Amino acid sequence: MSTSETIPAGIPKCPTGIRGLDEITYGGLPRGRPTLICGGAGAGKTLLAMEFIVRGARDFGEPGVFVAFEENTDELAANVSSLGFDLPAMVEQQKLALDYVRIERSEIQEAGDYDLEGLFVRLAVAIDGIGAKRIVLDSLEALFAGLPNEAILRAELRRLFSWLKQRGLTAIITAEQGQGTLTRYGMEEYISDCVIFLDHRVADQIATRRLRIVKYRGSVHGTNEYPTMIDETGLSVLPISSLGLDYGVSNERIATGVAALDAMFGGQGYYRGSSILISGTAGTGKSSFAAAFADAACQRGERCLYLAYEESAAQIVRNMGSIGFDLQRWVDEGRLRFHAVRSTLFGLEQHLVTIHKLAAEFRPDCVVMDPVTNLNAVGGDAEITAMLTRVIDYLKQSGITAMFTSLTSAGLVIEQTDVGISSLMDTWQLLRQDDMAGERKRLLYVLKSRGMAHSSEVRQFRLTEEGIRLEEAQ
Amino acid sequence: MPVRMNRQTKELIAAAREMQHARYVLRLYVAGMTPRSAEAIRRVTDFCEKHLTEQYELEIIDIYQKPALMRGEQIVAVPTLVKHLPEPLRRLIGDMQDEDKLLFGMDLVTRPK
Repeated sequence: MSTSETIPAGIPKCPTGIRGLDEITYGGLPRGRPTLICGGAGAGKTLLAMEFIVRGARDFGEPGVFVAFEENTDELAANVSSLGFDLPAMVEQQKLALDYVRIERSEIQEAGDYDLEGLFVRLAVAIDGIGAKRIVLDSLEALFAGLPNEAILRAELRRLFSWLKQRGLTAIITAEQGQGTLTRYGMEEYISDCVIFLDHRVADQIATRRLRIVKYRGSVHGTNEYPTMIDETGLSVLPISSLGLDYGVSNERIATGVAALDAMFGGQGYYRGSSILISGTAGTGKSSFAAAFADAACQRGERCLYLAYEESAAQIVRNMGSIGFDLQRWVDEGRLRFHAVRSTLFGLEQHLVTIHKLAAEFRPDCVVMDPVTNLNAVGGDAEITAMLTRVIDYLKQSGITAMFTSLTSAGLVIEQTDVGISSLMDTWQLLRQDDMAGERKRLLYVLKSRGMAHSSEVRQFRLTEEGIRLEEAQ
Repeated sequence: MPVRMNRQTKELIAAAREMQHARYVLRLYVAGMTPRSAEAIRRVTDFCEKHLTEQYELEIIDIYQKPALMRGEQIVAVPTLVKHLPEPLRRLIGDMQDEDKLLFGMDLVTRPK
């Protein structure tokens, strides 16, 4: 979603500073109201809440109070120090206040009527001490476990939320997911302005995180499940659905890296900003064409991001050196960046978020994903197609030319093997090997290339020490 | 008392007898002078006079006057009666209308009636 997009008028918002979340909520959480963050154990509720407070204090000049019911303040500070958040220093500067409310069930006995005025006074002290605009209660459910009288508790919670609203505080309340319900103790009854659900699921031993806005009263919001990632910079949410088929197109053409191949594309190569699929069986030279493409980009003085899912960067550099591509030179000059990672290391969502992050940071002109089929290991065909749609939409919107290689199984009708992703591609180039007269020959043809007159010949090619050589057409 | 007893047995017997006369250190937290606070204060003082005669220290604290104290004491509900001594630490919450629960909470009986 581009920032230039007009934000629909609505209730005032309070930015979280969390990448992606402010986009899908069109500006942040409802200002001056409580938001419920729910999800299972380990879903990232505390982290989201903490980022809201820390980023609020640091980036938006809004001091915040973090009230922890389950961890003491030292544990909290230690947990987020790896994200570069120095809580003790922020407490020192009066930007942030931490309070640990410990409710130990075994110490407590009930002897008549009571209320939670003690909690209210504590909150008031913390809030007034730093002039807080934001507050987190993580998690109020500890009260249910610690205090015996649920009727009193529920009445007091109602009073608490209206008290927070009266004070104009933007609040996050976290709550654990229940069996078949959003929260175990029905916190959603009290907080109806904004409810966000965090999901952390494991399928085929691969963990993926997602975020969904269950409701947001008085505001439009994205309704999808958004891929979410936790890394060394904190939480990020990927606003994918906002992308669409509305990107500009370029008439500029760029070289394929093989002169004779350029000729097959009307003599000028690929369109800039298009998506190119190279498919073939094992050993047909897909990576070689990818290397040629990357090499050509760097020679033009552009930057190329190479996402390798099968081989290490060093191995690709060595192998491509043997057919005349000196990729190390471009790595040294900072024009070529490899990101080599086993596809099975992460879920698809995380790969997607990683691509976004790398692209945002490195600002490449060209991207190579070699091979996309390797992602089969972490997702079904439908999921890969969905992910590639997002990748392609994103890259196209940024005007980045993208090349994908795809390994097809021998013995299948080759035109059918990549049917799922081929419709996303502007150019589809096929490689195959044929046995002819006791020799395996490498063959190449262009199955489609949108918007240009392309050759329909089947061409033989060789991988030589000076690069890829196409034989003359017969 | 039997003549032959080892030292540990003697000490344990002495400690058990001593417990009946243990010093009670109590703090009662209330929020302002509401009817509930007043009820709790009357109940607790009556209780102490009746069951803990001359063996208790009681401090009554209005949380509005000393809000800073609550963090260390972990006060959430009011009224709360905190028994610091003898150990173990106990927190009784409520207006203390139920004397049996007070007896149990102060460890003066071993099970609630």
